[in-house]
Amino acid sequence: MDFELSQEQIMLRDSVVRFVQDHYDFAQRKALAQTVLGHSDENWKIFAEMGWLALPFAEENGGLGGQAVDVAVLTEALGSGITLEPLFSSALLGGRMVETLGSDTQKSAIIPSVLAGETKLALAYSEPNARFVLTYVETTAERSGEGFVLNGRKSVVLQAASADRIIVVARTSGGVADAKGLSAFVVDAEASGLRRQDYPTVDGQRASDLWLENTPGELLGAEGCAAPALNAVIDAATCAVCAEAVGVMQAVLDITKEYVSTRKQYGRAIGDNQVVQHRLVDMSIALEEAKAITEMTAMQLDEGVPDISAQISAMKVKVGDAARFVGGQGLQLHGGIGMTDEYPVGHYYKRLMAIEAMFGDTNHHLNHFASAI
Amino acid sequence: MELRFSAEDLAFQKEVRTFLKENLPAGLLDRSDRGLHPLKEDIVAWQKVLHNKGWIAPNWPVEYGGTGWSLTRKYIYDREYFLSGAPQTISFGLRMVGPVIFSFGTQEQKDTYLQDILESNTWWCQGFSEPGSGSDLASLSTRAVRDGDAYVINGQKIWTTFAHWADMMFCLVRTKSDCKPQEGISFILIDMNSPGVEVRPIVGLDLDHTLNEVFLDNVRVPVQNLIGEENKGWTYAKFLLGNERSGIARVARSQYQLAKLKQIAGVEHQGNGLLIDDASFRSQIARIEIELKALEAMELRYLSQEIAGRKLTAETSILKIRGAEIIQAIRSLTVTALGPYGLAYEPDDVFRRRNDGPIGPEHLHGAMADHLYQRAATIYGGTNEIQRNIVAKAIAG
Repeated sequence: MDFELSQEQIMLRDSVVRFVQDHYDFAQRKALAQTVLGHSDENWKIFAEMGWLALPFAEENGGLGGQAVDVAVLTEALGSGITLEPLFSSALLGGRMVETLGSDTQKSAIIPSVLAGETKLALAYSEPNARFVLTYVETTAERSGEGFVLNGRKSVVLQAASADRIIVVARTSGGVADAKGLSAFVVDAEASGLRRQDYPTVDGQRASDLWLENTPGELLGAEGCAAPALNAVIDAATCAVCAEAVGVMQAVLDITKEYVSTRKQYGRAIGDNQVVQHRLVDMSIALEEAKAITEMTAMQLDEGVPDISAQISAMKVKVGDAARFVGGQGLQLHGGIGMTDEYPVGHYYKRLMAIEAMFGDTNHHLNHFASAI
Repeated sequence: MELRFSAEDLAFQKEVRTFLKENLPAGLLDRSDRGLHPLKEDIVAWQKVLHNKGWIAPNWPVEYGGTGWSLTRKYIYDREYFLSGAPQTISFGLRMVGPVIFSFGTQEQKDTYLQDILESNTWWCQGFSEPGSGSDLASLSTRAVRDGDAYVINGQKIWTTFAHWADMMFCLVRTKSDCKPQEGISFILIDMNSPGVEVRPIVGLDLDHTLNEVFLDNVRVPVQNLIGEENKGWTYAKFLLGNERSGIARVARSQYQLAKLKQIAGVEHQGNGLLIDDASFRSQIARIEIELKALEAMELRYLSQEIAGRKLTAETSILKIRGAEIIQAIRSLTVTALGPYGLAYEPDDVFRRRNDGPIGPEHLHGAMADHLYQRAATIYGGTNEIQRNIVAKAIAG
């Protein structure tokens, strides 16, 4: 039992902290979020050069063989800058789907260029009627000649607009709610019959809805066995995003502590009021709990603990509650200034809101945990 | 104790309900349903409809254009108004400066301003908060110095809602400093077109523009724009803020928005089922509804105390604390109801310029904007922390 970081993990964390200091001050991030792309290809090159894109992939696929705990160190440190580059969609979601499901040929064709930052991927799994049920898939794929054609609609596909290829989960057999019969396909961003509606997300990132109409797709691996891979990839990504939330909450706590010590009303710092001090204590406790359960879950993922999904849900519930509390009270203690686009705390709050709605919200995971007891 | 209204009051209730149903414009209602601010021209047009009906200013005395309703009727009217889904009429003229002018203003001031407020010809904004003076309002430092027949005003106001639409600002300024902070404040009316007034937008978390900073640089304001006596402004401000607190619990508005939330949950799919059939989501709605029932009971009980002639003090703070917490819970759960689409967000002005269809479900637009905006409900008009201090003093005796 050891929650301490290794030397390599400390180096990883420090390199990310330096990156955030150099490239992600508040004004830089705000300007970046307002560009059409919504992130920086220059920064993306750094992600590749630093090996952050390679971290979650196996060494045999050209990756660094990093585990969930390593990815958590990376995303937690990135959380302090609420970075905008598509690490999740390209590496942790799309890339990991290819690694988990793809044939050797597919892996060697796709993964090296994803690690190098040359190809960006996105993962299209959710649908308007599914809410957070991963295996509820109405989109269909049918054999057509050598390959497959896909028909249906995907919703809130993170960073689809900047992706070169989109991994699309579609049904090759079974009813809409069956866990069996799901397959994954590689769809070219320029494929015929693919229409996108792009939009910003509340946290300054990008997402799209996709309409597929006889869109050609290349089957990833074998037919009909995508569900376990999708579950595993989403579980790992959930852990990574919870670690990011921990980093975001730490930043909220830091700026809020700073603010209440400098903001004066009635002749003294507002932080001199015991009610404010206790609020900060409660925020710290929520953060400590979130950090502990996230690290614990990452270690369990790496151990290969069976039936990990209840633990994933416990983590997401705890982190979701903490995010709402810490983010909300961060705004509250800032008063009016926290409600503005010009001040950082609101941007952290919005990222926490987004994280709460990613990979299953608190209600979804509470239900899932409850069904497992 | 008696729960029922009289037959006459029930007839009045029916009249209000029917009128609102028949006259509330669909476009105004749609924006209000979504939680978006009304457009200026829409709310002005609507307020003119209410004025023509004679209902624009229920809290004004009859001699100045009020309705002469009893407290019970005012309660019924407010309740029906918000249950109709209508957006609140803009407070700055009707609920804030109007009562100050008819209570403390000169005859000339009454003649100059009141009718235009009733007819919504003049848009007012509130110049109270300053960068260094939020909760501690009395520490404000914008200075007014007498120079002949005018005051020369220098300073900065902040969080000035709709200042960019305003013709006039009622403003607290410091006219004396060698005294207790509250004793050197004056209440003055500033024409926003005066030289030296500069309005700069503050973009909110919702990426929308409702708030502003107002810079006052050697602004000359005629002495006849002073309300009441010099250095007595704090008294008028306290009177104004006291009026602001009526209807502060927002029970009917919250009930309306809770009903909207149920509608959304009734059409949001969750695999083969609907969100409304999810037991734990239902419990979350139920818990808010129960909180709201208690708030409503509390508000009615306090209303009855007022009718019996008792003066409320800490009770309005209690209503504000719970009202704000409940509206936040409703708007937060409304975003949750959107599921993954809770992530999607585009500001209202972008939405209105869109050529293609809206993002996601029809009910998406506005939910996050209002969730973000309502984060301020526990901040403005006295933070919940300050409100709790008021209650603490009251119960400590």
